[in-house]
Amino acid sequence: MRLVVASGKGGTGKTTVAVNLAKSWGSPVQLLDCDVEAPNTRLFLGGTMLESQVVTISVPEVNEALCNGCGECSRFCEYSAMACVAGKAMVFVSMCHSCGGCSLVCPTGAISEVESRIGTIVTSSFGKTTLLEGILDVGSTMAPQLIRRLKSLVKSGVPAILDSPPGTSCPVVTTMKGADFVILVTEPTPFGLHDLTLAVATTRELGLPFGVVVNRLGIGDDRVHSYCATEHIQVLLEIPDDRRIAEAYSRGELMVDVLPEYAGLFAGLRRELEKR
Amino acid sequence: MKIAFTTTGDSPDSPLDPRFGRATGFLVYDTDKDAFEAFSNNQNLNAVQGAGIQAAQNLASLGVEALVTGHCGPKAFTVLSRAGIKVYNTGLATVSGALNAFRNGELTAAESADSESHWV
Repeated sequence: MRLVVASGKGGTGKTTVAVNLAKSWGSPVQLLDCDVEAPNTRLFLGGTMLESQVVTISVPEVNEALCNGCGECSRFCEYSAMACVAGKAMVFVSMCHSCGGCSLVCPTGAISEVESRIGTIVTSSFGKTTLLEGILDVGSTMAPQLIRRLKSLVKSGVPAILDSPPGTSCPVVTTMKGADFVILVTEPTPFGLHDLTLAVATTRELGLPFGVVVNRLGIGDDRVHSYCATEHIQVLLEIPDDRRIAEAYSRGELMVDVLPEYAGLFAGLRRELEKR
Repeated sequence: MKIAFTTTGDSPDSPLDPRFGRATGFLVYDTDKDAFEAFSNNQNLNAVQGAGIQAAQNLASLGVEALVTGHCGPKAFTVLSRAGIKVYNTGLATVSGALNAFRNGELTAAESADSESHWV
């Protein structure tokens, strides 16, 4: 089973839900931090680092002796990573999305591919949970490529919980693709609702089944609940706006570890998800 | 010699557009013919990324040798340099004003980009 925890709005509690769900899973589970531009899942877990691997993507390199300046590569490149002036092609590596098209359309075989680093993937272990954390290099914009690599490391047969970046753009879509179920975490505020509707539209566009977790219940108003009722969206879990959760969080503790009633809530969420 | 000016209009009296890659368009002045020709930059105006690279490549294919604009970023500057196009940055208000300044030798060719990259 592949579960994606996403939100639309940032700061609604995606990582909180992902980590607490993983911790209360009981059997071995894989947790993926797909928020590669600002990964923070490991902060909640500690654990032992097992492995760190460098992630690269293939980018073009021009052999100027073979380049005849025809410009096919730069006309093909959707991202302007190739330009062709003064009779020679030139490459802008930071713009390259690694599609490989330029080397295919080059009629003289002047373009070969070389590896360019975009980030790292760190694997850690704590108890029954294996954390795979994607860390995009500062300055790189190739989050989807790193997320795809991260997802390729998931072992089949062991449930995986993917902690998504916020928003609804390419990194989120990349994280969501192939999910068996998406958990959309929101807060019951106008801002939370607004971005929830965007996340719902994205999830529906991808044709994925989903449900909603309402975090910090008690703040804001009841419009998120009205929206979910109107749209026939199941509210899977409600987490109250409980000061004790924030206090535990500020000490680096998880609610399922220190507040028994929430361990019960998350166990219920797990049972609900396993029905699917 | 062809000199390109970034502009928001299509005549010499039009304002000089301070942007290069996402300029509304270009007016190319041909010193041999003493005439302007207008080129749209719409395609790059809406580009997701790489507008400066594309615009620089387009100017190279037009045979332009000098560019007079407000600001120019590092990638565009790299392409322009490779194409042998000199870049002149100016805050002058109109294309005709900038052309006069160019003719009078009041503008100096830039040695590097004068604005930050938008895409690292």
